[in-house]
Amino acid sequence: MAKELKLMKGNEAIARAMIASGTDGYFGYPITPQSEVMETLMAEKPWETTGMTVLQAESEVASINMVYGGAATGKKVATSSSSPGISLMQEGLTYLAGAEIPCLIVNVMRGGPGLGTIQPSQSDYFQSTKGGGHGDYQLYTLAPASVQEMYDFVFDAWDIAFKYRNPVLILSDGAIGQCMEKLYTRDYVPRWTEEERRANAPWGTWGKPATRDHNIITSLELDSARQEVFNLKLQKKYAEMKEKEVRFEALNCDDAEYIIVAYGSSSRIAMKAMQMAREKGIKVGLFRLITLFPFPTKQLAEIAKKVKGILCVEMSAGQMIEDVRLATSCGVKTEHFGRFGGIIPTPGEVLEALENKIIK
Amino acid sequence: MEARRQELLNQGYQEVYTKTKVLTDAVMHYCPGCGHGTTHRLIAEVIDEMGIQDNVVGVSPVGCSVLAYNYFDVDFQEAAHGRAPAVATAVKRLNPDTFVFTYQGDGDLAAIGTAETIHAANRGENITMIFVNNGIYGMTGGQMAPTTLVGMKSATTPYGRRVDLNGFPLRMTELLSTLPGTYYVTRQSVQNPAAVRKAKAAIRKAFENQKLKKGLSFVEILSNCNSGWKMTPVAANKWMEDNMMPNYPIGDIKVDGKICEGITAERLVLDHPLTVMQ
Amino acid sequence: MTEEIIIAGFGGQGVLSMGKILAYSGVMQDKEVSWMPSYGPEMRGGTANVSVIISDERISSPIINQFDTAIILNQQSLDKFEHSVKPGGLLIYDPNGITHEPTRKDINIYKIAATAKAQELGISKVFNMVVLGGFLKLKPIVDKQYIHEGLEHSLPQRHWNLIPQNEEAIEIGKTLIEPVQTI
Repeated sequence: MAKELKLMKGNEAIARAMIASGTDGYFGYPITPQSEVMETLMAEKPWETTGMTVLQAESEVASINMVYGGAATGKKVATSSSSPGISLMQEGLTYLAGAEIPCLIVNVMRGGPGLGTIQPSQSDYFQSTKGGGHGDYQLYTLAPASVQEMYDFVFDAWDIAFKYRNPVLILSDGAIGQCMEKLYTRDYVPRWTEEERRANAPWGTWGKPATRDHNIITSLELDSARQEVFNLKLQKKYAEMKEKEVRFEALNCDDAEYIIVAYGSSSRIAMKAMQMAREKGIKVGLFRLITLFPFPTKQLAEIAKKVKGILCVEMSAGQMIEDVRLATSCGVKTEHFGRFGGIIPTPGEVLEALENKIIK
Repeated sequence: MEARRQELLNQGYQEVYTKTKVLTDAVMHYCPGCGHGTTHRLIAEVIDEMGIQDNVVGVSPVGCSVLAYNYFDVDFQEAAHGRAPAVATAVKRLNPDTFVFTYQGDGDLAAIGTAETIHAANRGENITMIFVNNGIYGMTGGQMAPTTLVGMKSATTPYGRRVDLNGFPLRMTELLSTLPGTYYVTRQSVQNPAAVRKAKAAIRKAFENQKLKKGLSFVEILSNCNSGWKMTPVAANKWMEDNMMPNYPIGDIKVDGKICEGITAERLVLDHPLTVMQ
Repeated sequence: MTEEIIIAGFGGQGVLSMGKILAYSGVMQDKEVSWMPSYGPEMRGGTANVSVIISDERISSPIINQFDTAIILNQQSLDKFEHSVKPGGLLIYDPNGITHEPTRKDINIYKIAATAKAQELGISKVFNMVVLGGFLKLKPIVDKQYIHEGLEHSLPQRHWNLIPQNEEAIEIGKTLIEPVQTI
């Protein structure tokens, strides 16, 4: 299928990107506000076209373990869910990271804690970037801010996942998931052939030929010395991601006296607030995080040196702000503004917070 | 190992029993007398005899057999506790022509992984599930399993399992036989040569069934846990025959998608589990 | 050009699909667009609303609380959104079921008796297109040919035979809309 111009919801874009990017399998469980992902896949019947497998599992626990099983055979396997479901998947995520299995997880965030609300939120930053499950591990975490990025990041996710043998998380929220925007679809990437699978995932478990040792996918190592070596290997991998795979967008930061740091839907609201501020003659820039892990520490620190204050905008009680303060060594006045419970802040509120908390 | 073999042959020894090539040279960590070693060997022999070593993926559990992947010379995945049926579901769905089997104990399959077990069976996944039931948690030190008998002592039922406190022993094999998604459901044991031969035939059938793509094949293997039961292996096997088997009767329950002749409702629903005294 | 619109009414009045057809028409005319619904429990039988932005430039926030135009189809939505119209902006409402008329003095107010007209003509299914026609008469932000393409992309192919009826309804809306207050 060739490139097309479409109007599409973020959740639908995720599903269509999975099909178009040569994904081999999707395993999921319905939860608001991301159920359109699996609904779109089931309606599209990709098993009849690309040969992609789609299965509704009995729980998020089963979904993530199906991702483990399928992806461990060296295939491109994905799941999606929303916050409470992602909490259930944490065990699977740490096993995936520990067994170094490339795969894609999409979290369309809603408010918490607990069952919380079905409305958008960004309160899973800690869970996404500071572990979530047990053990020292990181997920490469992308934060799309538009429907187009929801689509494009699925393609990017496969490159990173297989390059580093690491799970990739697309951390979105209900606002981007439910919003419809213009989208340029891409040419289909065919699913890997058997030869490509074997070449791209020589570690995969697909049946041991006589020519190699048996491949084992496990996160267990009973020998502490060897486990430490493995932990160090993971840390080296994360350090390389920090060095090479950081992504961000700096808008109007060159002459800015103040900057807003935000990601995902908050960054869109912040962009409007920035425009409103500039109309009032206040020089405001926007530093938008695209990767949450690895965090653009150096790049933000560089810009922070030149500004008088930073407002962090996130639909949470203030999680991302911790990494902003670490990046800038608390060298500049930095405050948080956010709303909770599924309330989306308005651009006007953001501007007001900037004026009251930072500029005043 | 091969050099030693040659040396013995040169000395005039006759080779009557060899390690199957589908098992690695790794020394198993299982307690002497435990059923896991025998069961491993039977699976390995079946894989060898079917000539599918290059086209099989195993999934190991958490529990005593967590390290099964070190013993089978086939591609293997180690699943999180209880999740092997979900893991195997995806392996099979994405590699439909590959033979896929899970290997789990009673805590993994019948407690923490009950949902995954039932739903994989209910979807009729074309996989082989091997379920080793020894009525106790071996690896964590002999705590109560869902399959622990009424009255049976364990680290967490030091005065014996009580129905009012702990509920009834869970008979997964009978339960799964009632699901249309299962194609072959059987209970076997490995405490003597006759039982071993029958168990191997059952495992072979459970693997062969994957070619038919007609549903899930489930083989329960009753085993002793002489360490957990605090008995010698010989005494443990005797105890298993006397106490486990009345609660967990040996034999086929469902073959070729049909409940076997003689399997009555009373047989499937054991409403008064027998009490054992230890 | 940037036009920020809220469309609000009861679930079942075609609020979301009106917004989608408008947004899709904008896409076909190579504009930047966003379509942001209220969703969740509100979707099930209660009020429904959608913010649509059509612009020549990159859209910053798809989530907005001040609108150039509010298209209002019931009393609750009038109560909720009348104050959200920017000064000098536009409010269009269907008088059906409206008991308290809008009171703002600093905005342009138009009414369109689309419910009544659609019932009269037996075209209740395309009632929302009558309303859209009224809006497009006042703010022709997308051209007619792109509306046609927008309809084609928004409707499943099996309903394409209904496109002429939809376009007719848009034309009816253009004649039906009448000023209440212009500033």
